[in-house]
Amino acid sequence: MGDFFKSRLFFVSLAVVIIASTLPLYVSGYVLGLLTVAYYFGVFAMSWDLLFGFAGEVNFGPTFLIGVGAYTAGILNNQYGWSVYLCIVLGALAAVVAGFVLALPALRVRGPYFGLTTLVAVLMLQNFIVVFADLTGGEIGLTIPDVISIDAGVNYWIALGFMTISAIILYGLSQSPIGLVLQASGQDPIQAGALGFNIVKHKLAAFVVSAFFSGLSGALLVFYFGTASVGTVVDIAVGVQVIVAAVLGGRRTVLGAALGAIFLIVAGEFLRPTGELATFIVSTVALLVILFFPNGFLGAALSHGARS
Amino acid sequence: MDATSNNPPVLEVRGLTKRFGGLTAVKQLSFDLRAGEIFGLIGPNGSGKSTAMKAIMGIERPSAGEVIFQGENVAGLPAHKIARKGFGMVFQHSRPLNRQTVLENIMVALLPDSLFMLFADKALTERAKWIANRVGLGAVMDRRPPTLPFADLRRLELAKAIARDPKVVLVDEPFAGLTLGEVGTFSELIRSFRDEGRAVLLVDHNVKSVAALVDRVLAMYLGEEIVTGRADEVMRNETVRRVYLGGAIETSARPETSFKDKVPLLQVENVSVFYGKAQALENVSIHVHQGEFVSVVGLNGAGKTTLFNTISGFLPYTGDIIRDGEKLRNVSPARIARSGIVQCPESRELFGEMSVRENLDLGGQHLTDEARDKQLAWLFELFPILKDRQGQMAQTLSGGEQQMLAIGRALMMQPKILILDEPTLGLAPVILEQLSKALERLRQTTPITVLLGEQNVTFALPHADRVYVLEHARIVWEGDPGRFAAEAGEGYL
Repeated sequence: MGDFFKSRLFFVSLAVVIIASTLPLYVSGYVLGLLTVAYYFGVFAMSWDLLFGFAGEVNFGPTFLIGVGAYTAGILNNQYGWSVYLCIVLGALAAVVAGFVLALPALRVRGPYFGLTTLVAVLMLQNFIVVFADLTGGEIGLTIPDVISIDAGVNYWIALGFMTISAIILYGLSQSPIGLVLQASGQDPIQAGALGFNIVKHKLAAFVVSAFFSGLSGALLVFYFGTASVGTVVDIAVGVQVIVAAVLGGRRTVLGAALGAIFLIVAGEFLRPTGELATFIVSTVALLVILFFPNGFLGAALSHGARS
Repeated sequence: MDATSNNPPVLEVRGLTKRFGGLTAVKQLSFDLRAGEIFGLIGPNGSGKSTAMKAIMGIERPSAGEVIFQGENVAGLPAHKIARKGFGMVFQHSRPLNRQTVLENIMVALLPDSLFMLFADKALTERAKWIANRVGLGAVMDRRPPTLPFADLRRLELAKAIARDPKVVLVDEPFAGLTLGEVGTFSELIRSFRDEGRAVLLVDHNVKSVAALVDRVLAMYLGEEIVTGRADEVMRNETVRRVYLGGAIETSARPETSFKDKVPLLQVENVSVFYGKAQALENVSIHVHQGEFVSVVGLNGAGKTTLFNTISGFLPYTGDIIRDGEKLRNVSPARIARSGIVQCPESRELFGEMSVRENLDLGGQHLTDEARDKQLAWLFELFPILKDRQGQMAQTLSGGEQQMLAIGRALMMQPKILILDEPTLGLAPVILEQLSKALERLRQTTPITVLLGEQNVTFALPHADRVYVLEHARIVWEGDPGRFAAEAGEGYL
């Protein structure tokens, strides 16, 4: 861990964050808005990588955690008019509780069944939102009276700050002894058990941490948008985008996941003039990277650096 | 040894039993393990020794029986709790963390089972370094596992197992994949564990390989204890000899000159295969004539399955595999099978949720309806039991019936060369007799060529025209089955 502060990765990350924080001084509100969303997605992807890259569990339903956080925060604000910050905190806690309730039984099943359970959870949440439209706004979406700020620069700084802090915590966790035990449990659960580690406990903890950051980020995102809708925070397609971002950026790197998310969102926007083709082009690039650089952007860069 | 036998045992295993569905893998196993003792659990492949070890460690939950550690019954606890009580296990297959250094890998084993350990202690690093030096990894502790030779990866497994100073060390096949020189070094290491007062439990296939190391041995067969005692006593035991070598073996080999083909039907020439860094086959050459029954005998881990999988096209290799004068390189496994080299794998690979008949029909899928019916009628004559079981799901068959079905499915493909990998694995003697008769019939009444891999010499020799002995990835003996006992049998106990 101490070595990290001397590593190239640290200085590069520091430089990137400093440069990013100066952007509101000279780029348009449109670009800032785009990056704000991208940064929240970056946190989604990093939280997901903690589960997949370290605990070895494929969570096909990142949007279950994101959606619970986002909608809890949104509904509380909409129904009771509680303060934005209280709603955000409660949203994150709701995601943690939901994640815990989902993971506790799901982690007892082996292999692909864990992934399937998480997938079903998303469908159930989606269904719930559509059925209880009075409360949730249903398919039209939920209007949220309050926003954090209307200033694009402030929103951008909040998102950047949030992503940076999340990155520090998630990366630190991944490099800590807990991260090592998680990796060992993901790679060889039998041996990790024989070394005296309670695998279910560790994986559950990883799931809870992942849920906390996903839910928090989801809640922040709806107070940025001013609305919550299935299409933006719950739909399976959003979950797939989170997963692709994390794999694209580099499994087991945490930080790479944020890069992948920013790439996906920004590239999708830049290609918007191509109309329907945009999604196709971004997906093709993602597919090529996954096929030819399975370690992702950061994985490839790091292993190259290690060799030279 | 005499000094230690007065101490109360560290570990008492009482009536340990493990059932998987209808199969009893370990039956009423009992033994004691004392501090400063190396105890060997020995048995042929499928005898239940590894399952017994896993049940002690808590990786498999025992169906019945007690595992008493320092007076406390730990049977039924999960592995991580048993480990924390003072057990360490050395796994045969290692999957280290490849992005971490050797030292960090050892440190993982030292960490507490806590969610609040965010920073590793300095003392942990020191302890990890000490352990690395202790097992001979001192020079490579800052390297990453993928860059290490095989023996060092095995040392890393030893290091992890002894990291938290366990009272009981379980070792699964200590010498698998090691060279002779390395076997010596590892024996020394394991002896030093004993000298530190640990109780060591080894699992291996044969007495000979661990005879110099162990204080006492328990020989198992089909899940049950045969005999316990000093290695030399166990090696002299009649039942043990019969399990490994069989009684008087009658052979009925046809001389090699009686086969008419000038160039053998199948030639394997100087084939070498690696799994990562471990060499699984080293310059292996064998040949099989048209109509010949050839047995490849060797202990578990010698390389038999690797050899067969290489012939079947599943593994990359150097050297040549030639059938009817044509090299098989770059031919897909599916085409090799279709062209008549059919393997009946050790693991049987039946379609468990399909019926017996469906399994057989899949084997004969490429035949015309008429030819398939004819083949099926012939097969039911060979294995009448399959006829009665046609509608039953394959996974509900007994072990022996499953083996017959696996062979039957292979025969439905009308093989020219049938490869049988360990057909007797875990089967009761009465089933062996039935398989034996079926093989004899194939030999007498069909032109089929058979390549049989076995560690059960009693089963392999009577059917063989010629025998190869595979040991540590190499062919060490070739000859007539009648000469086997005299020339190669000794190395086999």
